[in-house]
Amino acid sequence: MSLLRRPGMLWLALPATAVLLFTYVAPMFGLARMSFNRTLPGGAMQPDWTLATYAEMAADSFNLELTLNSIQLSFTATTFALLLAYPVSLFLFRTESRFRSLLAIIAIGPLLVNGVVRVFGWIAVLGDRGLVNSALLALGLVSEPVRLIYNWTGVTIGLTESLLPYMVLALLAGFGRLDREVEAAAMSLGARPWRVFVRVTLPLSLPAIVLGWLICFILAMSAFVTPKLLGGGRVFVLATQVFEEAVDTVNWPLAAALSVYMLVLLLLFLGAYGALTRRVER
Amino acid sequence: MKPTGPVLRLVVALVYGFILIPIVIVLAVSFSADNYIVFPPSGWSLRWYGTLLATPTLFEAFRVSVMLAALVTVLALACGMPAAFLIARHRFRGRDALFGFFTAPLLLPTLVLALALLLAFHPWGLAATVPGLVLAHLTVTLPFVIRILTTAFANLTPDVEDAAATLGARPFTVFRRVTLPLVVPGLIAATALAFLLSFDETVISLFISGPRLQTLPVAVYHYVERRTDPAIAALSALMITGSIAIVVLVERMVGLMRAVGR
Repeated sequence: MSLLRRPGMLWLALPATAVLLFTYVAPMFGLARMSFNRTLPGGAMQPDWTLATYAEMAADSFNLELTLNSIQLSFTATTFALLLAYPVSLFLFRTESRFRSLLAIIAIGPLLVNGVVRVFGWIAVLGDRGLVNSALLALGLVSEPVRLIYNWTGVTIGLTESLLPYMVLALLAGFGRLDREVEAAAMSLGARPWRVFVRVTLPLSLPAIVLGWLICFILAMSAFVTPKLLGGGRVFVLATQVFEEAVDTVNWPLAAALSVYMLVLLLLFLGAYGALTRRVER
Repeated sequence: MKPTGPVLRLVVALVYGFILIPIVIVLAVSFSADNYIVFPPSGWSLRWYGTLLATPTLFEAFRVSVMLAALVTVLALACGMPAAFLIARHRFRGRDALFGFFTAPLLLPTLVLALALLLAFHPWGLAATVPGLVLAHLTVTLPFVIRILTTAFANLTPDVEDAAATLGARPFTVFRRVTLPLVVPGLIAATALAFLLSFDETVISLFISGPRLQTLPVAVYHYVERRTDPAIAALSALMITGSIAIVVLVERMVGLMRAVGR
């Protein structure tokens, strides 16, 4: 074990530590520090230690609307993603098909396709002259195209798809507790398939559902590309507002304060969710 | 009892349709002859691939992205490998804390990280520069590389290394001749992932890059924001093909390596 117990090998961690101090620790402290600076009426930024930016943020009712928009969008997209990912994960977990690994790769495929490219794909599917509207018009179901993008519908669909792979991965990881024997036992005792699912399969997979939902909700709350591009400037959430203040308006104290607010919101949510699941499990 | 019933199979097929439809449509639209995104297209052609070749901004952005991803991959491996080796094979106090520190950036929303990087890099003169983009991409790729390689190193049994050391090999020789060849599959996976992560990184690049230095995803983002024509479908098709090629390549190589090892 001479190699493994040699003292003085800590220098091996030095390069990675140096990089992350520079690109992660310092910037995050800088972000928090920036939120206490002041923005002068002309738009110039003045170093300060003040809560003025937070006060301004709290006084603006638009931020409350953004918060509710973010929560509602994330809640809807995450729930849809769960409903779609659950059967796929269950199938992948159970199947004995020789195409299993190929099917698993396709299920997490969206992860391998750039977010902007996927958004573009949805524009081609859902746009005024896209696949869905062409089909609806050809079938005579509608007389003019239905607006499916550049609104909440499009953003919800796109976000749901981008969350799917994460949900599938989380569910698959958590399905270890599922035991075919228990299901077979319930079946042999005369339970109908649906009843077996509700009374055996679903409760056993509940921890996986809870974990997957939580991960995806947090990802959805901070998702930026999908709401921005599929929303076409008509969908406003916290994430798009952070970008707007940082890059377009260049009000850095406000952008920083909004980010800190978003992080605190996510932490509060994590805490509440943890407390709730502990109560449910007891 | 069959493992999967017909109802489950039908639902699964529908969800797969949902996952695949945007990708398939993009591939189809890239061969469109129309001026707009129309599906089904009125005719087929390769003209949008030609347009792509004649668009220097996209070409330049592609060049930037490839160079950036290569630099980031090399640096992430160079910094990540020693750190992962230390964490996986060395016992010391604060080891878990160090691992937690290394992987902490993965817990943060990318948007917040991106803003923090912009605010820090701007006064340092690093915003919209190649070194700035490399460092910014390292924030997300380095933690991933450390996580993968830590697992790879931890899965090795120390017996072979001990044997080499007992026979008089110096520590660095043991690492180079014994440890390194054994973690080659992990290294390949880490290399591919680091490259793809950097090449695909959009949000951080959007904050850090400027009009004169754009990565490919940023260029596509601005293009889609302004207008949508089949040129972007052609580019998207190429990007999708590239990702698939890398994944298949890694699968083949790592699979092959495992076969050889056995």
